[in-house]
Amino acid sequence: MSLMSWGMYPKIKNTVFKFTTAENLKEIINTNDELIPYGNGRSYGDSALSTNIINVKPKDYFLDFDEQKGLLHIQAGVLLSEILEHYVPRGWFLKVTPGTKLITVGGAIASDVHGKNHHVEGCFSECVEAFTIMLADGETVTCTKEGTPDLWKATCGGMGLTGVILDAKIYLKKINSQYIDQTTIKTKNLKETFTAFEAYQDKPYSVAWIDCLAKGDKIGKCLLMVGDFRDDGKLNYKLKAQKSIPFNFPSFALNNWSVRAFNWLYYGKSKNGVSKQRVDIDTFFYPLDAIGHWNRIYGKNGFTQYQFILPKETSYEGLEEILTAISDSGKGSFLAVLKLYGKANDNWLSFPIEGYSLALDFKIEKGLFELLDKLDEVVVKHKGRIYLTKDVRVSKETFEKGYPNIEKFRTFRKKNKMNSKFQSQQSKRVGI
Amino acid sequence: MSYVLIIGAKSDIAKATAREYAKNGYDLYLAGRNISELEVFAQDIVTRTQKEVKLVELDILDYASHQSFYNNLEEEPLGVISAVGYLGEQEKAQSDFTEAQKIMDTNYTGVVSLFNIIADDFEKRRSGFMVGISSVAGDRGRKSNYIYGSAKAALTAYLSGLRNRLYESQVHVLTVKPGFVATKMTEEMDLPEKLTAQPEEVALEIYKAQQSAKNVLYTKWIWKWVMLIIRNIPEFQFKKMSI
Repeated sequence: MSLMSWGMYPKIKNTVFKFTTAENLKEIINTNDELIPYGNGRSYGDSALSTNIINVKPKDYFLDFDEQKGLLHIQAGVLLSEILEHYVPRGWFLKVTPGTKLITVGGAIASDVHGKNHHVEGCFSECVEAFTIMLADGETVTCTKEGTPDLWKATCGGMGLTGVILDAKIYLKKINSQYIDQTTIKTKNLKETFTAFEAYQDKPYSVAWIDCLAKGDKIGKCLLMVGDFRDDGKLNYKLKAQKSIPFNFPSFALNNWSVRAFNWLYYGKSKNGVSKQRVDIDTFFYPLDAIGHWNRIYGKNGFTQYQFILPKETSYEGLEEILTAISDSGKGSFLAVLKLYGKANDNWLSFPIEGYSLALDFKIEKGLFELLDKLDEVVVKHKGRIYLTKDVRVSKETFEKGYPNIEKFRTFRKKNKMNSKFQSQQSKRVGI
Repeated sequence: MSYVLIIGAKSDIAKATAREYAKNGYDLYLAGRNISELEVFAQDIVTRTQKEVKLVELDILDYASHQSFYNNLEEEPLGVISAVGYLGEQEKAQSDFTEAQKIMDTNYTGVVSLFNIIADDFEKRRSGFMVGISSVAGDRGRKSNYIYGSAKAALTAYLSGLRNRLYESQVHVLTVKPGFVATKMTEEMDLPEKLTAQPEEVALEIYKAQQSAKNVLYTKWIWKWVMLIIRNIPEFQFKKMSI
């Protein structure tokens, strides 16, 4: 059975390798090319798809926890949800978490994921003390930021193209509640949205949901949600039973009108101005995880997420231009997520830079890639970049312009004979 | 302390079940052959749940050792779960009796030997639960695995009788009949996705069924209906089929 990514596009044939011991894995690496590690299949596009896939998910042992330091040692296939399930009741939370908890630790490092607190805590690699990785020659090395800086900068955000991450030591964060005090700010246009982001920058967690179909002077209206953990000692966290979408929706189910209706309801249910709520971890951080297989609502042809970031100086102008283009195209996006990021780190392919990022979902349909190519031009014009973890179609030229350290990454791969050994559909397309 | 004893602990279903019970507050005895291979796994459970995990050596085919194995457990277990299983090779077992015997002794005789001992103790205590993992293969003999199937059929009958015997002593017996499960045992087979359970799903269902004192659990649930149909195919027809 071939594996797919979260976007269910493209569907390609692949051979899936499992391993139990390091010797097994070494043999797989020695005897095959075009390998790519695969975790829980939650990257959207083709970054974990290749002819040969190494399934790392079964490597899911918790190895040790140092209570003094809050340092957790786990194998790479452990899901973030498993960490939460066992450690939130003990008063620990992830220092950095993306908008889904259903990803592996290995995947979190390879994508150098970030979350609602990027402006405070940075990317996932910031909470990693060390990880071990098997390289192209089958050798296993322990990688730290200080000890092996090049391998670190190539691997964190390196999309699995430097080897197979086996285990990692990550710092957790102390919490005293599983609840978050959330403030919701409803804005009327992009200007207000920007002002709100700046005004609430001291809040550790923030994200905005944007209505992409708004037109004219309403462009950029949003619900900005900011928050921080409460301090009420309530830690009785349990994973909730999931509702699941059992089959692919017909692809016409999501159209301009149904999305418009959804957006209207979502935006409408919130009070005007500023309101306050108490919400739990899952509601605040992982709203979509409550519905299993939500990717099926886009139909069997699949979907993609277009996520870009623009430097702060060009963000306003660029976003206005892109939101107008999307609104004009009439291609509905269910979810458009806007966030103000903090400073970039040194990793060669990590996505975040200081500025505003927007992420939008689109079902795969005729005319979509043409629209996205047009949006790419705007992104490039404003010195922005595209997020590889979500991407399935960006051109080599657009990609290169966004990542000035790309040559360092290429040289490193070549020097360490990684470039034929580890490849994905995506790496071939963008030439890394 | 509240220990559950899991035998045949190195199987994938056993490991998933161990995690499920530890998550729900139980300490564990994990028993099997060369059990030290599970040290990293035991550490996994401890790191996840802070529960006690003790590894105990057990050879299910060394019947004479079973009484002392059980007596030597430091704490009396609240319940026992058997995930002992050996699929073997049907074709080999047809012509090589050693293989046939290994299949029968592992899946049936060995479990009976140990369960008899534990049943006596639980009966005296008038408490405890016993879970036996049998198989849908025991519901009807098919040419592709009837030696394994016959051993599981015997186990199913044994568990049914045991449940009947222990009912008065408030000791509950659960028979688990998994269909296809994605494990090491079935790694080489091309299993239909809709009919195949993950070990974690099986473990969760076992835990729930045991807690609610269910008698027979088919997992996935659909196997209850699949087997109902298979059991009801007339023999004159069944003998001509290849399923």
